[in-house]
Amino acid sequence: MSAGRWWLWALLIPGVALAGPQRVQLGPDTYRPLFPPAPGEEVQTVAAFRLDVTPVTNAQYLAFVKEHPRWQRDQTPGVFARPGYLSHWEGPTTLGPQVEPRAPVVRISWFAARAYCQARGGRLPTEAEWELAAAASATEKDARSDPAFTRQILEWYGQPSSLPVGKVGQGRPNLYGVEDLHGLVWEWVLDFGNTNLGQDSRGGGPNAASFCGAGASATGDKRDYAAFMRVAYRSSLKANFTLGNQGFRCAADVAPQERP
Amino acid sequence: MGSRNWSWLVVALAVAGCSKDKAEGPRASGDQGPPQGPPVEAVLTHAPQVPPATGRRAPARVQVELEVKELSLPISEGATYTFWTFGGEVPGKFIRVRQGDTVEFTLKNAPDSKMPHNIDLHAVTGPGGGAEATFVAPGMTATFNFKALNPGLYIYHCAAAPVGLHVANGMYGMILVEPPEGLPPVDREYYVMQGDFYTQGKYRDPGEQVFDFEKALDERPTYVLFNGAEGALTGDRALTAKVGEKVRLFVGNGGPNLVSSFHVIGEIFDRVYSEGGSTVQHDVATTLIPAGGAAIVEFTAEVPGTYNLVDHSIFRAFNKGAVAQLKVSGPENESLFSKGHLPAAGEQARAGSAGVPPRSAP
Repeated sequence: MSAGRWWLWALLIPGVALAGPQRVQLGPDTYRPLFPPAPGEEVQTVAAFRLDVTPVTNAQYLAFVKEHPRWQRDQTPGVFARPGYLSHWEGPTTLGPQVEPRAPVVRISWFAARAYCQARGGRLPTEAEWELAAAASATEKDARSDPAFTRQILEWYGQPSSLPVGKVGQGRPNLYGVEDLHGLVWEWVLDFGNTNLGQDSRGGGPNAASFCGAGASATGDKRDYAAFMRVAYRSSLKANFTLGNQGFRCAADVAPQERP
Repeated sequence: MGSRNWSWLVVALAVAGCSKDKAEGPRASGDQGPPQGPPVEAVLTHAPQVPPATGRRAPARVQVELEVKELSLPISEGATYTFWTFGGEVPGKFIRVRQGDTVEFTLKNAPDSKMPHNIDLHAVTGPGGGAEATFVAPGMTATFNFKALNPGLYIYHCAAAPVGLHVANGMYGMILVEPPEGLPPVDREYYVMQGDFYTQGKYRDPGEQVFDFEKALDERPTYVLFNGAEGALTGDRALTAKVGEKVRLFVGNGGPNLVSSFHVIGEIFDRVYSEGGSTVQHDVATTLIPAGGAAIVEFTAEVPGTYNLVDHSIFRAFNKGAVAQLKVSGPENESLFSKGHLPAAGEQARAGSAGVPPRSAP
């Protein structure tokens, strides 16, 4: 049975559509990280995985905290979520009229996002998985060399986050059927500290030398500024941060017998 | 011209040994011991204003707080650009401390920022100029401390990846570290900072303009600007001075790419602290300001009129916006500057007695 079939039914029943994740399968494939972890590892293999079509919404996350009170904002200790966790909601279990249920949930820590995904039978996507999915335009698997594609992403990165976050699923799906990877919110990945640029991006740690000779020559694509900015952004995070423009989506493993 | 004559005297003294000894002898350490007295909150100013002299004679603990804000602001008439700013404007707020001060520096990143940011102050002796210690996600705050060991005028800038983009979006400003005795008093101090900008639209295209990566990489700016916008310092917003006043400009160049050939049309700098350092150069018309560098220039406003500040790489001034203005008001002095033929000999003697002596009679 194809992965896409059942959720078409779910769309007809709004309650189910809110509760059930819509996931598509990607991979197995290869991914070329911006900063290879070691010489000779310029290309990484990404096993087949499933990825949510859209980021997790306020409504979906509200259902989760009702089921798991320890993740309500007045129950969650600061080590797992800084003050500010879900602070845009009216109350611990109410969104209020100012919060769009179909907008991505933001002000969410990595711990909280991970707990949500586990409760929904999945996990956070790895950086490689997320980047693999995010490299695709509507028509191309790897559109990073398409100036129009890159420009659109960079324009979004160039704008402050002051506007209210829009609803999920309003844009165009990419080649895999995944939506909103760009232009809505930053998203947590499982290994967000994997590629640490260091605090000063111009030198230092093994992955850090983006502007120094050795590091620059090791960089997959020195001009992939969009990927560079995502790496910089992720480098600034700690797992209990609850930033106003950061949400997440879930992924799931594909069992070996299911793999193509 | 009077101040120029004095400047020769200074040169003479230097040759006689006074300044020379100071330059070649052992320099006093910038570390003047622990801070004294209660903490001082630094006065920060938006350009073109400059904070008052510290007036301190002992090292202090100085608290500085800057907030990074990403804002859409005018770049030219009818055109806006989303700048990334230290304190809400380009250039960032001016910081003034004294050599030997311990600076407790707090960098905030506004909650609605899209990107993480940090700060590298060129006045800092220490890793990354503070960049490592201040790397902050949106909505977060970081603090670090440094002792201002070297006097001079320094720029600061964001050094978060990709550095070029952060600088191209206007993330720079200046910090002055006064020498222990302070700078000599003047009548006017102003803060002027040049930067080059790269937009997908053409020069003066209306509407919100977007960063152009290719142009930045090729170093082909759409705009070259003083204080972050075309017209930031012209017309009603021009700098002002009165005839006879001593003017000091703190001039920086944020880049990211271009070097500035800074010149004030119709003026000669009596003194230039080249590259913002301690060596004073005299009688300079055009001074070179490197990207990521600064200079202090001083002159006396002697003839009334409007003076254009330019990058003398002159197409930048006339076709990319690199013009600012200083309006000098006050009485004409025709012995210094006049139009038409000089009056007859008898008339000239009267004109000469009105003010400055003729040049041939030192």
